[in-house]
Amino acid sequence: MDPNLKTELLANVILMAAMLLGGLATVMLRQLVKAAIALAFTSVVLCILMFKLAAPWAAVFELSVCAGLITVVFISAISLVKPATEEERAAHMRFKVRRYFLLPLVLLTVGCGLSYMTVRPLPVVAGAELITDMRILLWGPRALDLLGQILVLLAGVWGVVVLFKEEK
Amino acid sequence: MNLITLIMPFGIFVALLAVVGLFCLIVTRDMLRILLALEIVTKAVTLLLVVGGAVSGQMALAQTLVITLIVIEVVVIVVGAGIVIAVFKHTGTLDVRRLRNLKG
Repeated sequence: MDPNLKTELLANVILMAAMLLGGLATVMLRQLVKAAIALAFTSVVLCILMFKLAAPWAAVFELSVCAGLITVVFISAISLVKPATEEERAAHMRFKVRRYFLLPLVLLTVGCGLSYMTVRPLPVVAGAELITDMRILLWGPRALDLLGQILVLLAGVWGVVVLFKEEK
Repeated sequence: MNLITLIMPFGIFVALLAVVGLFCLIVTRDMLRILLALEIVTKAVTLLLVVGGAVSGQMALAQTLVITLIVIEVVVIVVGAGIVIAVFKHTGTLDVRRLRNLKG
């Protein structure tokens, strides 16, 4: 294998391992604030991977929205709910081992199973239009996606307004 | 970068990340942690879309899909967090087992 390719593969594997560890920390950490920060770390690593895979626009969105905004939303939500009592924490620790003991086994089985799979090249659609500029694609052929995004955002705003409406 | 170098490690890690999120969705009882697990699964899907774009050579299309996915993800999380806070104000707990008002 080409040494440059080998180095790039190694860097990708290290980044993906960091992302997986961030994901594991998100689901395993007891304190929700720490879990939200672990999620932000996962988003940052995903952003670096996106840059490496030549997707800079998506990486910028991932960094600003997922690592920034969603973390703020999570921490705000966590600050609005009551912290767990000592009894609840003890119960959580007691049940955590019982609930998560299967996870390493499942991960190992899925990882081993997938590593034995063979990869076939993706079929190329004949005559498919290839647009390489994302701006042209987003504002041209995929403009309907933007309309959908606006409608989803409006639905989200409406949902939050309804949820936080004060009773008269 | 050739196909095998890109697909195999990324495919395996995407699947493992999705498994971590799905496992947490199955075993957790905390509503906020359910949202965190949903985020983990979405991260796996986002990475899969980008890898798909890199492999097929249609990175522009993959990026537009990722941006759409991120917008939907944010709205789902914000509305989900709002529902969690509303439920907490109503019931005083984040445990999904205590939400039995609609149980038949």
